[in-house]
Amino acid sequence: MPLLEVKDLNVGFDTPEGEVYAVNNLNFSIEAGDTLALVGESGSGKTQTVMGILGLLAENGHVTGQALFKGKDLLQMNTAELNQHRGNKIAMIFQDPMTSLNPYLRIDRQMIEVTIHHKGLKKSEARAQAVEMLRAVHIPDPERIIRQFPHELSGGMRQKVMVAMGLLSEPELLIADEPTAALDVTVQVQVTRLMSALREKSNTAIILISHDLGIVAGLCDRVLVMYAGEAVECGSVNQIYYDPKHPYTQGLLKSIPRLDQPDDSEMETIAGNPPNLLALPGGCKFRDRCPRAFDACSEKPPMQLDEERHAFRCFLGASE
Amino acid sequence: MNDRVMRVQDLAVHFKLREGGLMRSKTHTVKAVDGVSFDLDAGETLGVVGESGCGKSTLARALLALVKPSRGRVLWLGEDLNMLDDEALRKKRLDMQIVFQDPLAALNPRMTVRNIIAEPLWTFFPKIARVQVDERVRGVMQMVGLLPNQVNRFPHEFSAGQCQRIGIARALVLNPKLVICDEPVSALDVSIQAQIVNLLKDLQKKLNLSLVFIAHDLSVVKHISDRVMVMYLGRAMELSRRDSLYRKPLHPYTSALIKAVPIPDPKLARAAGDTGLAGDMPSPLNPPSGCVFHTRCPFSIKRCQLEVPALRRMESGDWVACHRAEELDLTIGKSG
Repeated sequence: MPLLEVKDLNVGFDTPEGEVYAVNNLNFSIEAGDTLALVGESGSGKTQTVMGILGLLAENGHVTGQALFKGKDLLQMNTAELNQHRGNKIAMIFQDPMTSLNPYLRIDRQMIEVTIHHKGLKKSEARAQAVEMLRAVHIPDPERIIRQFPHELSGGMRQKVMVAMGLLSEPELLIADEPTAALDVTVQVQVTRLMSALREKSNTAIILISHDLGIVAGLCDRVLVMYAGEAVECGSVNQIYYDPKHPYTQGLLKSIPRLDQPDDSEMETIAGNPPNLLALPGGCKFRDRCPRAFDACSEKPPMQLDEERHAFRCFLGASE
Repeated sequence: MNDRVMRVQDLAVHFKLREGGLMRSKTHTVKAVDGVSFDLDAGETLGVVGESGCGKSTLARALLALVKPSRGRVLWLGEDLNMLDDEALRKKRLDMQIVFQDPLAALNPRMTVRNIIAEPLWTFFPKIARVQVDERVRGVMQMVGLLPNQVNRFPHEFSAGQCQRIGIARALVLNPKLVICDEPVSALDVSIQAQIVNLLKDLQKKLNLSLVFIAHDLSVVKHISDRVMVMYLGRAMELSRRDSLYRKPLHPYTSALIKAVPIPDPKLARAAGDTGLAGDMPSPLNPPSGCVFHTRCPFSIKRCQLEVPALRRMESGDWVACHRAEELDLTIGKSG
């Protein structure tokens, strides 16, 4: 049984402009100890997918489908049951470390909450553990840092605090939403290393959300590429990077600035802008940005699956 | 290409900070920028790279005389910006513009695109005729790839990439000679970053602009820069021509930054070695003695702790601030 199995997940929002579907019929699963990347541009629905699963949607949001965590549907749980999982068995590292730490509370107050609540530790024990965890994520002088307020720390430090907090409860599933987007490159390397180390040590499954395929390559086993709320391609890292089938995945890969490209080359781009969910084209949603679109694309392409469990949603590809 | 537009000599910007209560207050000095020198030619792009806290944004502000330097000079077409009176400085600013990092935050949400782009015109030419404004606004919008029928929309109606195009249009509307881009793409999706970099590159060719392009990683800068300056804790570590910097960096910090760029290739990424960087960046309040990088440098020797290395010119014409630059071979792709 997979650790988490998501079936036919739909996330929608009621807005004054009408119903917006952020996630459509999404299916994926992750085994214990696995790493899955959700990749796509802003507005592709990757964050709303996990927010929907964890019951963290905004008030005007609603979710349907199934999200089976060890066989139990998270979407059917009431808040009390969910709280047994959230922060405990399932931890999340949010995207923006400034807005997800409480600015009024010192770091220690925010960190010990998890272990006091879920593990029943005493305050002093919880604090000692928190200090150890800060040390483990390479924060210098953790005894001093833990007494500070979030605004006293740099962005990189705050993100490391978030990571440490996520790891405190030794979760079975760690969801990291763009954990490195706000960080300097050398700190990025440190944070990704930290997550791989955790995975090796405690067999934690990781869902990594990112718009940057560069970061995903070193860390993940499987990659799910999303566009405008739909899965457009899903496969192992090797399939996605060495044999991408969907033109969107191909475009994403080409647009990463690479140091081993010739210096004066124009950077490759994906034309147009990230999708506006209120005005999507019918048929294939990537059609109006796709360099290889043709007549058939006015119909919605089905998800195709080849023999090697490499799935893609495009009329092209199968023959190539 | 040898029309020098800007000359920066030993520029330093220090901030004084007070800590503690009234009775026992201590003053600290943060050397945000310390002894930076470079020249910039017409039509040239200088990439400035460094991690947060290295002083690159303060440098940008000092180049535009938005902060007073504690030491050194910024010469624009031979004139020291900080010797000018307010009115003369204002006139000089016609030639220099800036594009900011967060495209949405840099645009007034209550102004239409037309008014945002036209504001610099009204500021510098209060009596300008309406038709002229409209013509000019339409012109720059086309230049940056916005549709002229979008003039009456508000910033929230655009995506982040389009907002950055508006920011660039506003910077270009006065026909500047120099545009300083302070992390213009780091808030954008990877797919859109490339669009903006290509746009800036095109505009530069067309308008013979000088660009100072600030970024926190070396990958984006590579496609647009003629020369690249790497900064660490307020100091220039290396200033090299683009090609030599990426092939054979002279400074260990440059080489670490190059190795830290994620490789979008699973096999190579997993085989990649360490960046060689130990620990974190020290606090700018209390920078290390000698070479500021010595606490994290894998090649540090005794001399590095004692003596501040000067930024010096190598035989190749590139500049580096490292005592051991001659002995080290940091060619990329070589192990070790």
